[in-house]
Amino acid sequence: MTDALENPNYPVPDELKSNVIVTTIDRLYNWGRRSSVWPMMFGLACCAIEMICTAASRYDLSRFGMEVMRPSPRQSDLMIVSGTVTKKMIPVIVRLYNQMPEPKYVMAMGACASGGGPFKEGYNVVSGVDKFIPVDVYVPGCPPTPQALLNGLIKLQEKIDSQSIASVPWYQSGNSEPVPVPLLGPDLIDLRQRPLFNQLAKQPAAQAVTE
Amino acid sequence: MTEVVAPTVEAPAAALESRFPGAVTPDARAGYSGYVVAADQLIEVATALRDEMGYDYLSSVTGVDYIADGKLEAVYHACKTTGGPALVLKVQAPREAPVVPSLVNVYPGADFQEREAYDMYGIRFAGHPNLKRILMWEGFAGYPLRKDWKEAYYEGETKPFESRWPGGDFVRAEEKNIFSHNVAYPAGFTPDDWVPESEVSQYPVFDPSTQGEGHGLKTDKLVVNIGPQHPSTHGVFRMLVTLDGETIVNLQPVMGYLHRNHEKIGERNTFLHNMPFTDRLDYISSMSNNLGYALAVEKLMKVKVPERAEYIRVLMVELTRICNHLWAVGFLLNDLGAFFTPALYAIRERELILDFFEATAGSRMMCNYMRFGGVARDLPERIRDDNTLDFLNDMVFNRLPRAIDDLETYLTDNEIIRSRCIGVGVLPPQQAVAFSAAGPLLRASGVAYDLRRADPYSIYDRFDFKVCTRPNGDIYDRYLIRMDEMRESAKICQQVLRDMPTGGDILAGKPAYNVRVPAGESYGRVEGPKGELGFYIVSTGKTNPYRYHVRAPSFINITLLGELCKGHKVADVVAILGSIDIVLGETDR
Repeated sequence: MTDALENPNYPVPDELKSNVIVTTIDRLYNWGRRSSVWPMMFGLACCAIEMICTAASRYDLSRFGMEVMRPSPRQSDLMIVSGTVTKKMIPVIVRLYNQMPEPKYVMAMGACASGGGPFKEGYNVVSGVDKFIPVDVYVPGCPPTPQALLNGLIKLQEKIDSQSIASVPWYQSGNSEPVPVPLLGPDLIDLRQRPLFNQLAKQPAAQAVTE
Repeated sequence: MTEVVAPTVEAPAAALESRFPGAVTPDARAGYSGYVVAADQLIEVATALRDEMGYDYLSSVTGVDYIADGKLEAVYHACKTTGGPALVLKVQAPREAPVVPSLVNVYPGADFQEREAYDMYGIRFAGHPNLKRILMWEGFAGYPLRKDWKEAYYEGETKPFESRWPGGDFVRAEEKNIFSHNVAYPAGFTPDDWVPESEVSQYPVFDPSTQGEGHGLKTDKLVVNIGPQHPSTHGVFRMLVTLDGETIVNLQPVMGYLHRNHEKIGERNTFLHNMPFTDRLDYISSMSNNLGYALAVEKLMKVKVPERAEYIRVLMVELTRICNHLWAVGFLLNDLGAFFTPALYAIRERELILDFFEATAGSRMMCNYMRFGGVARDLPERIRDDNTLDFLNDMVFNRLPRAIDDLETYLTDNEIIRSRCIGVGVLPPQQAVAFSAAGPLLRASGVAYDLRRADPYSIYDRFDFKVCTRPNGDIYDRYLIRMDEMRESAKICQQVLRDMPTGGDILAGKPAYNVRVPAGESYGRVEGPKGELGFYIVSTGKTNPYRYHVRAPSFINITLLGELCKGHKVADVVAILGSIDIVLGETDR
């Protein structure tokens, strides 16, 4: 049967000829997903203003099916990290990321979210959100113009198009591990580095390097 | 460059010296002004200033670390709401045990500012009711703005740094840090040692044992956390709201989620380096921030700005005010539940102004346009497909007034807006002045305090505009005052276009990457769209500011939030917050 279907000369009845589209499950499924990416209504800093402008009438995000911004992470597919990620804020961002259902995507919008930007040296600034959560698309700019953000979203759509149900991580067996939420101690504590902390505590001389 | 005379402190303030002999001495350091007050007499001096000499408005409180003298200094700028320059008071304390009496009981507006000075410098304000960290979290190691405190990514004392790729190899800061993060810990620290403070102990308003007014039933008070991720907090802002039923008993703002260390970075940057950073303070109105900072540095440099540049500056700043108020009104409506439609109308005309900014300065939002002694470049020849002057004339004379009229038609008499806003979040004028409220928030309470008239700067004395006030001080008046101010701003822009000289310099002297700024202190302030935006700068004659402090109106206006919300319903919180109009980039800096 499948052999017959893959044959381009398979006889299609006349009454169905203008009503049937033959495609793959991946394409159909990805078409649905890429055309209704719901971003989380989540603004951090200056970039959020350009994000709002992108959603407004002049640039009109809804042309891509993305105008439905959800204030709750439970309903969103895409987290646009729009602004400087600070140490005080990163536990909240990681928690929000963990609360998003899969499939989920992250976009680092602007220089700060991508790598710290102009504030990188600041004592309360995380050098890019990808230090803690995986990022799919980076959009450069300070802040990126609405056109740049749209371009980033189109890149994300291309990424979604290229994924296959058979290989995407969220359909594999087992549960996904949440990212451990960092702690606010004397400085930001990344709990994944616990072995490094313990190793350094044993050799105080090496610790002096980081003051 | 011609000399301009710096404004001197008014004579009555000199009476302080004879009133408090020995406790008040003029600040004799070169380039400094104001008085050094003995710590034990500060409260008496401040009370006398407020009650007898008319300095009823405490504009700014901050600290400076004079590490070479072993002293921390608390710096106060007091003003009169009737107008005139600020009077500067300083209190010195030893670095080892810095204690300064708190002025919260004299000027309640000092509350958050003293907490910030404590957070950044470790100055203990004796008598402060809630002296906790405000921008950083409780438990953070060290006082970051002290001169001997170094960041994890510390590279050098002042910029510009040596080349980061001397041999062609670029070394990222992460590669030098053993944790590959922007972090540093005390020696021998492990996460297992760390017991985070519980929320309950961090915020004293948390008292689960208290009971509500149950009218015969046993009821509890409820603590609701709003933010930092919440669609109505205008960014990453958090409020801890204690409720009795639906009624707010207490509201505690929690901030610092966007604390990007402007001041620490600014003290390392050269003077000009800081200009683009000011864009990112109140990122909706970057031109105003540019002007405030330029004024502060120009005061020290004693530069005279060319005519044409002054007009361009005023045009830019007033267009920024319209931008900001359009945004504020649009998003106030968002907060009232009219999701996005009013904002769409408001943003439409803002895009016009942004196109003008982009054509002139090169960027829509982060303009980085002003320079010390002028502006970076002249107006372009064409915008969109029009001649610049035609575009500006059409915008200022037709489109903007029409847009304001449109908004007014749709919103002002709307029944829902009136019932949600009138009589809600009332701020009496005395309280507004005492809490150092600024900008539309202050003027909506009937206090006609506008720096463009009270302490004129630039060329505002040439323009015909009125300082708008509204009598009631509720959300509705705060909405109306923004409509009034947009009309006045459009009026100023029209006069600018009428009077602006067609040619001439736009910058005094040559463009310079590194400017020499004489030693001394200065406080430049402008009437930003959100209120008094001040820059306190201490220069030691080097290429970098020794101290760079921003008096942020969003930060100080939020001191009032708890007071305004008390007794209202929980749904009013977002409306009251929206009517104060904060931007978190400026609140947290």
